[in-house]
Amino acid sequence: MQITLKILRRESPDTSPYWQSIPFQTEDENATVATALTNINSGNGLTDTEGNAVRLPIQWECSCLQKKCGACAMVVNGCPVLACNAQLKQFGKSSTITVEPLRKFPVVSDLVTDRSIIFENLKTLRLWFAQQAQTDGDIAYESSRCLQCGCCLEVCPNFYAGGEFFGMAGFVPISRILTALPESQKQELCQAYRKRLYEGCGKSLACRNVCPAGIDIDKLLINSNAVAVWKRFFRKR
Amino acid sequence: MQSVNIIGAGLAGLSTAITLAEQNVSCRLISLQPSERAQSVLAEGGINASLNTMGEEDTTEYHFQDTMKGGVYLADPNAVDALTKGAPQILQWLEGLGVPFHKKNGVIMLRNFGGQKKKRTAYAKSSTGKILMTALIDEARKFESAGLIRRFPHHEFLRLLMNEGICAGVRVRDRYTGQIWDFSGKVLLCSGGMNGIFPHMTTGTTQNSGDVTATVFSQGALLGNLEMLQYHPTTIGISGKRCLVTEAARGEGGRLYIMRDNQKWYFMEEKYPELGNLMPRDVVAREMYFVRRKYGGSVYLDMTGLSKETWEQKLSDLRDEIIQYLAIDPKTEPIPVKEGIHYFMGGIDTDEFHCTNIPNLYASGECTCQYHGANRLGGNSMLGALFGGRKSAQTILQDVQDVSSDFPTESLVRENEPYTEEASPILIESISQILLEGLGIVRNAEQLTQSLKKLKSLSQERSYNLREQNRLKLAEAMLLSALERRESRGAHYREDFPEKDESFRKVTIACRKEEQISITFRNLPERRSSCKSP
Ligand SMILES: Cc1cc2nc3c(=O)[nH]c(=O)nc-3n(C[C@H](O)[C@H](O)[C@H](O)COP(=O)(O)OP(=O)(O)OC[C@H]3O[C@@H](n4cnc5c(N)ncnc54)[C@H](O)[C@@H]3O)c2cc1C
Ligand code: SF4
Ligand code: SF4
Ligand code: FES
Repeated sequence: MQITLKILRRESPDTSPYWQSIPFQTEDENATVATALTNINSGNGLTDTEGNAVRLPIQWECSCLQKKCGACAMVVNGCPVLACNAQLKQFGKSSTITVEPLRKFPVVSDLVTDRSIIFENLKTLRLWFAQQAQTDGDIAYESSRCLQCGCCLEVCPNFYAGGEFFGMAGFVPISRILTALPESQKQELCQAYRKRLYEGCGKSLACRNVCPAGIDIDKLLINSNAVAVWKRFFRKR
Repeated sequence: MQSVNIIGAGLAGLSTAITLAEQNVSCRLISLQPSERAQSVLAEGGINASLNTMGEEDTTEYHFQDTMKGGVYLADPNAVDALTKGAPQILQWLEGLGVPFHKKNGVIMLRNFGGQKKKRTAYAKSSTGKILMTALIDEARKFESAGLIRRFPHHEFLRLLMNEGICAGVRVRDRYTGQIWDFSGKVLLCSGGMNGIFPHMTTGTTQNSGDVTATVFSQGALLGNLEMLQYHPTTIGISGKRCLVTEAARGEGGRLYIMRDNQKWYFMEEKYPELGNLMPRDVVAREMYFVRRKYGGSVYLDMTGLSKETWEQKLSDLRDEIIQYLAIDPKTEPIPVKEGIHYFMGGIDTDEFHCTNIPNLYASGECTCQYHGANRLGGNSMLGALFGGRKSAQTILQDVQDVSSDFPTESLVRENEPYTEEASPILIESISQILLEGLGIVRNAEQLTQSLKKLKSLSQERSYNLREQNRLKLAEAMLLSALERRESRGAHYREDFPEKDESFRKVTIACRKEEQISITFRNLPERRSSCKSP
């Protein structure tokens, strides 16, 4: 397989980004964008398609290499994906693949972005149990699977870093807590749910199709809405 | 009161941080990446505790005995005693944090795991690590918000700050800004296994580079049982790494076979009628190696006999994963499996209270040489990380008053720091190759000596930066430890010394002074009589 990775490079936030096309050849049928980045980084004296030296390493983040940690989220051919789950063969045997950092977060260097805001938002939501709790098995399980990768936020028309609306990366983890709190402790979190999640969401579910963990978003939403939105609605009447 | 510096935010780091915070002691939780990216999220099959919910009359004493036997009596019996007695409480704690374990009528269900005669492993399908981590991360967030846990989620350990032989703090680098900081206070290492020493061959993450262990080794910390690498018997090759097929697959009824005279031979069941496919991992991996050497071809894992219910309720995620990576549906077709480097029983040497030989330096989790002896039982390492985290926090709490340090609490470093230069991927690969040749499933003096020679000539090839030098030294210590243990025990199998030798029932200790590495053996304590069950 002979492909070209067209990578949006940037040394640091203070420098300007530029595109660099780097050829990559492999016999590995299952090679992914992550494989390509690893291999390119372990070479030296590499030149790009225009004969310029490639500044190594190409900065990117990874950890598990099996789509379980969310570290390697980036934009490949326009779509947010996990690099370790983006098999090259799906793009054709000799093609050019564009690779960019996630666009919703500040770039640190090359493909590394600072996704701290995702975690900050969970803090703002006050996402924890104040006291011991028993969770609903299925919902808690599904909710716990969120990788906090940010792919969903990338396609969300209503999310921007620092904004009021927290997106699916907030919707998913909140359901473990929300559906398990005793009635007396629910109020504050329900309010946060409505303000930071429910009210800002256009419900197009563009996010659902890109979630690399394949989280059953519908199921979680139905349950959380039942707790935080509809119950209140019914109670009022 | 001074803050405690925790390096690593996996299960061990989180467990320590939460325990300290529960007692109003603050800590810095420093990690290369956020907790969501730690290797702990990869853990699949489950966590052990003798909850005795399956009507099998399990007890903590049985858990103790299985753990000691599985580790071929190379673990500290007093530490294991505390671990196994503490396990049910750990599970209770986790349940209270809202971990959705697999339950029936509100009771936690347990599954079979290797090396254990009773069902003792609690689980959440085969994503147990991820599910536990989410609960702990949420719990830690509560204390972050209260200011008791301060996270440094993209900060790299560079080295310990030492003051006349005492650990006075830690130097770290912010990987996003490049800034270097000195943090004073006690240091607890929870930096995980040394998987990154074996890229491509490990089921874990290469982000656990082993650099922390290599660096503290160069600064005087003793390392124990470095020769004890666990090869997991059932892994599959995927691009760039080995992907684990959890032991739960066999726990739920999966069977290993090889083709012999055109027939499926279920060799484990024939050779070990009692535990069969669920013998401890060292035994299974070795048997697989031997049958392959004799009959050629692959060993297969046959899960076709598992019930529909098991696939749906207990292993659906595993099935999806295998279909994705191998394009084989394990429900209808056996899959070829091979060993991969999975766990490090050896590491930073500590006593049962998680103190290292350096005052004010502690360690817990997979980076330590604790609880598992010569072979770790599946399900015992998450337990070890969580229990060890709580235990080390208790130790720190006991002597937290006597903290003193000449370093300012937090200061930006402006001088040049040589430790920021990373090891070259080419060197990492070369070291890995040399180690794999010497530290295979079956070892002998000749191969080990050969590997040591190759390592020596590699060391002399060019000049290396500090991290590279430390890696080379750590690799040398691993080979020397394996060479000096002239017996076979657990994961360490020597063709030239195939028997267990009681005189070696001791911890292999590696000590580095400048360029010199010495290997000695430390005696294990006896189990205190107060620990024994009546
Ligand atoms: C695929 C797989 C499946 C497993 N399944 C099971 C199972 O079913 N049951 C079980 O009991 N065990 C299992 N294990 C083992 C278990 O997951 C680990 O032993 C355990 O999670 C280790 O936890 P830890 O906190 O010690 O380390 P980790 O979770 O590895 O955390 C290490 C931390 O240290 C940080 N770190 C590393 N280097 C640096 C540095 N230089 N600077 C700063 N920070 C650093 C990392 O960022 C991370 O936060 C499995 C392991 C793997 C790989
Ligand atoms: S449904 Fe639409 S608006 Fe709501 S989180 Fe998903 S992408 Fe964003
Ligand atoms: S919901 Fe899916 S896409 Fe969004 S952060 Fe979680 S795992 Fe990633
Ligand atoms: S490296 Fe973990 S998801 Fe890609």
